[in-house]
Amino acid sequence: MAFFCVNKIHFAGLAACVPANTFSNHQYNWLTERERSLLIKTTGIEYRRVVSDNCCASDLCYTAAEKLMAALNWQKSDIGLLIFVSQTPDYITPCTAVILQERLGLPSTCLAFDINLGCSAYVYGLSVAGSLLANMPGKKGLLLVGDALSKFISEKDKSVAPLFSDAGTATALDYNPLAQPMYFNLQSDGKGYNAIMIQDGGSRHPLNVHSLEETEREKGIVRSNAQMQLNGTEVFNFGLREVAPNIETLLQNMGKTTASFDYVVFHQANLLMNERIRNKLQLEREKVPYSLKNYGNTSSATIPLTMVAELGAELQNRPLSLLLSGFGVGLSWGSAAICTEPLVCLPVIEI
Amino acid sequence: MEKDIFLQQIRDQFEETDSALITFDTFFKQLEEWSSMHALLLIALIDAEYNVPVTGEDLQKCLTVEDLYNTVKSRVG
Repeated sequence: MAFFCVNKIHFAGLAACVPANTFSNHQYNWLTERERSLLIKTTGIEYRRVVSDNCCASDLCYTAAEKLMAALNWQKSDIGLLIFVSQTPDYITPCTAVILQERLGLPSTCLAFDINLGCSAYVYGLSVAGSLLANMPGKKGLLLVGDALSKFISEKDKSVAPLFSDAGTATALDYNPLAQPMYFNLQSDGKGYNAIMIQDGGSRHPLNVHSLEETEREKGIVRSNAQMQLNGTEVFNFGLREVAPNIETLLQNMGKTTASFDYVVFHQANLLMNERIRNKLQLEREKVPYSLKNYGNTSSATIPLTMVAELGAELQNRPLSLLLSGFGVGLSWGSAAICTEPLVCLPVIEI
Repeated sequence: MEKDIFLQQIRDQFEETDSALITFDTFFKQLEEWSSMHALLLIALIDAEYNVPVTGEDLQKCLTVEDLYNTVKSRVG
């Protein structure tokens, strides 16, 4: 069990950026009308955002970060850390964080690197960024978390296309010895590595002449090996099995219950799974914000996007105690308990 | 575990199908209404009502509602 505490990290601000281009699942004609209505009811996803060909996850994060730094009036020379957490980097190599360091005008004294995680990205990213920044007195850090999975999704794959959506987020953290501790409980299980995966294009299965051939895998699932595949039932069972115990262990280690928290922000997987998890933890509906309807499953970005879209005003106006829980691709999952003071939270940005 | 209650719970997952058409002998994956979403609905139902897991593989093996009932019953213990 990886339970640990990170001190001295203050949440200064939060921003999220989505493409303006919106697809409606009500018009997802790859399914019949009856299938569409069951899909929307079960997943809770009505709309999803899709980047244009020339826009990447890094561009969404870049815009969020620029606007957030301007709103905070941050001096770029004070920024000592930039971490980009994503499964959709600009290139296989070099890492995207270094490209963003230069693009954002950050000094060369800023450390920058990528982390490859999806659904658990925000919780993991916070733990890494916080741990490093806790040893960098006087410095500020940017945690940029986002994905543009639409670039790797077949619109003719009913098991994937209607669920996923694109978004990029920026979280501004700074060193403050008086900040309340953040607690984490992080877990992994590589047995399920192929439950959510893009098979071709890495070094295990390099792109080859067959990688882009679209074939019918089963009814309603037409995709290539360079596109995302999802084993829905396996991921669903994983979520039902692991998420609630992970949070319960975090709370036990802290000596707290869910009653101590204002909100529990879950990775936005799908409504059916998230509601089962909410029921297992006996959480009131009002304590669990959802952004699924308008933004779908934005993979790594779901937690910060939900905070911005659903809790923005409260984050700006009052201190909040939050439980965050991410779970999915890897399989990787984890939870975090954080306390925020009133912070700068911009409305969702569209580009 | 009440067999009739189980049957009713399964029937409730199929909104478009006449309940009378769903019995213990029904090949539920051959119902006209069946879709991959129903696999998730059944897993969620069984998790909520009986607190036991049913995998995708289990659902592949179970042909009739009776098969599914027996699988769940064996796990409820």
